[in-house]
Amino acid sequence: MTALRLQNCGRVRLRDIPDLPMSAFCAGLVQATGNGARIASLFGDPDGNALRLYAILAHPDTGELSVRSARAADPYPSLTRDCPQAHWFEREIFEQWGLRPEGHPWLKPIRAHSSYTDFFSVEGEEIHEVAVGPVHAGVIEPGHFRFQCHGEKVLHLEISLGYQHRGAEEALVGGPSPRTLRLAETLAGDSTIAHTTAYCEVVESLRGAHVPAQAQVLRGVALELERLANHTGDLGALAGDVGFLSTSAFCGRLRGDLLNLTALCCGSRFGRGWLKPGGVAFDVEDARAKELLQKLDATLKDVSAAANLLWSTPSVLARFEDTGKLSKETAEELGLVGPAARACGLERDARYEFPSGIYRLTQVPVSLWRTGDVFARAYLRWLEIQRSAAFVREQAASLPAGPIADGEAPLEPDSLAVSLVEGWRGEVCHAALTDASGRLRRYKVVDPSFHNWMGLAMALRGEQISDFPLCNKSFNLSYCGHDL
Amino acid sequence: MIRALLPPAVGLAASPLLFAVINRTKAFFAGRRGPPLLQPYFDLWKLLQKGATYSRTTTWVFRAGPVVGLACSATALLLLPWGNLPALVAFPGDFVLFAYLLSVGRFFTVLAALDTGSSFEGMGASREVFFSALSEPALFLGLAAVAVRTRTLCLSEMVGAISPSAWAAEGPSLVLVCAALFAVLLAENARIPVDDPTTHLELTMIHEVMVLDHSGPDLAFIQWGAAVKLWLFGSLLVGLAVPVRTGDAWLDGAAFAAGMLAVAVLVGVVESCMARVRLVRVPVLILGAAALTVVALVLVVR
Repeated sequence: MTALRLQNCGRVRLRDIPDLPMSAFCAGLVQATGNGARIASLFGDPDGNALRLYAILAHPDTGELSVRSARAADPYPSLTRDCPQAHWFEREIFEQWGLRPEGHPWLKPIRAHSSYTDFFSVEGEEIHEVAVGPVHAGVIEPGHFRFQCHGEKVLHLEISLGYQHRGAEEALVGGPSPRTLRLAETLAGDSTIAHTTAYCEVVESLRGAHVPAQAQVLRGVALELERLANHTGDLGALAGDVGFLSTSAFCGRLRGDLLNLTALCCGSRFGRGWLKPGGVAFDVEDARAKELLQKLDATLKDVSAAANLLWSTPSVLARFEDTGKLSKETAEELGLVGPAARACGLERDARYEFPSGIYRLTQVPVSLWRTGDVFARAYLRWLEIQRSAAFVREQAASLPAGPIADGEAPLEPDSLAVSLVEGWRGEVCHAALTDASGRLRRYKVVDPSFHNWMGLAMALRGEQISDFPLCNKSFNLSYCGHDL
Repeated sequence: MIRALLPPAVGLAASPLLFAVINRTKAFFAGRRGPPLLQPYFDLWKLLQKGATYSRTTTWVFRAGPVVGLACSATALLLLPWGNLPALVAFPGDFVLFAYLLSVGRFFTVLAALDTGSSFEGMGASREVFFSALSEPALFLGLAAVAVRTRTLCLSEMVGAISPSAWAAEGPSLVLVCAALFAVLLAENARIPVDDPTTHLELTMIHEVMVLDHSGPDLAFIQWGAAVKLWLFGSLLVGLAVPVRTGDAWLDGAAFAAGMLAVAVLVGVVESCMARVRLVRVPVLILGAAALTVVALVLVVR
């Protein structure tokens, strides 16, 4: 057996995980990803004096996850050449543990900035380099972008992150505790619900907890409300980037209105404190559910007007269409997730492929668009807004009532649990390993941004440098979620 | 003499109001209330109180840029007539001086931008120079069409000769010239759809990115210079588009003011109703304006 299969939110004992020789581990990864599997997580864990690598793959064909491990051999032949989606993971492992993948095309740390390797540079007549950030003109997260340009045309973009590194994964070790729950909520502020859901599911899986139906439904509602608010805000921001005033101004306000719906349920606009391992901390009674639906309908009417203004304005379409194109093949090779992947025609949605919680019972249709440009990424958000709104309407209209949380219990020792959650930005993957006393020994978070930053770099090849902000916004990736 | 000094004085003093009107118009479309009408003056006052910061890599060119820019715009004001009221300085061929005064201002702004050595500013400078080189023919051909119609090369006489009867005789070509001048106005003043004056995205900017390194009084001069420049193009457009020449200073003045207000509102409406065009498409827009003026010229000389 080369890999242990498990369901999303499943738990396995560490000793059951196949321990492969490094060469078989690598070959298995290459073969599985060649057959359509995706790397959900790939990380190192110290094992005595050695390092053990764990790979968690997502198999959309069977709706299962698989986990395998190997005692790392240093150096080892790089996976990236045969499996480009391993690119960023290999660099991370190299940065964290010094494990050297030989033949890696661009081996340098992804977060540290000790000028390990210089930036990729293009040379030639009339080639110039533009460096942007990490301090930007707007109040936005820090990241450094290095463009190699010929005139206005971008030949290559290298993205350098890590300015927001807080040591979040290390801080989660020793949990679960009330403190680690708060940490999970702030892994990426705009994806509070997605990350907290993943954290809760991992802890519940390790506890063997039974989450009541009412809590499952409310988590779904919370996740879709988060998606509604962020997608609406993104549509406004995209309009703002092309200088289209009306949608930009209205969506800015409407995002606030949608965040207020979350605040109506739990008192925090970002959903902090709503979820907890075992269930949810706040119930939504019938009266509040009614108010929620009423406000949602009123807001959605305005969102619909603002969004449709975008699709009916030729000057906006002229900017969106054919800008920042990404082919389906590239998206698949890089292992993109979330709206960025679905905009290229890839049917990737953890709610559909690896459902957990309420999504096991109720399907949200997967939205797809095939053009892979800024328009696709914008229009896909509009499609998802409509489907998320329909989901919230359906669920909030018939809340099951009953208890909202399961009691606490000790965690299963020496186990591994994984959770995949489709946040608004894409697949959030949390994996946790427990020690012999049932505390969290290693906690690995993969934010969708981790998969997608490379997609942005590729989307910009051959584009105009003046279109970078628009492309960037259409991906709208997280810096803190990546840097952790 | 006093009367002839009135237009430039009013232009200097009232030009920031144009920005206020544009901002209020945009606020209306965005469903907001918008800043007070005097906000541009508050901003200028605030900036004038501040100190300026200079990079060690810059030279006197960087400091001269804003001053020369404002001085050129202010000097160009002296060449611009108000309806019947001729400008303080008027001679045959003065429209060439008018155009190149603005070019000198731009030249120094570009030099100041290059002086910083920043890659952004270099990019902005290259864009600015490219686009203004394209809008120059549009401006000249437009004025040439008017010059042919009015049989004079003096800006004051050209504008003074635009009467209701001139509109009756050469309506189509004047409409074309006005449309082209409006496009040039948008391009030269860094407005949407050519440039976005409110964006914070360095990589998309044209004009704004060139002045990123200026601060305090220098920035105030730049903003004031930009306002005066908008006033210049606006009053040229109003001079051609609003043929009210009653001889009554109050009535003509009111018509001019109403025209300027309309131009500012129009700019605001355009900015509210459309997105910026892609940077590579900007030349198409400006050359389109130039094409309009060619047609106008053909109509006039036929």
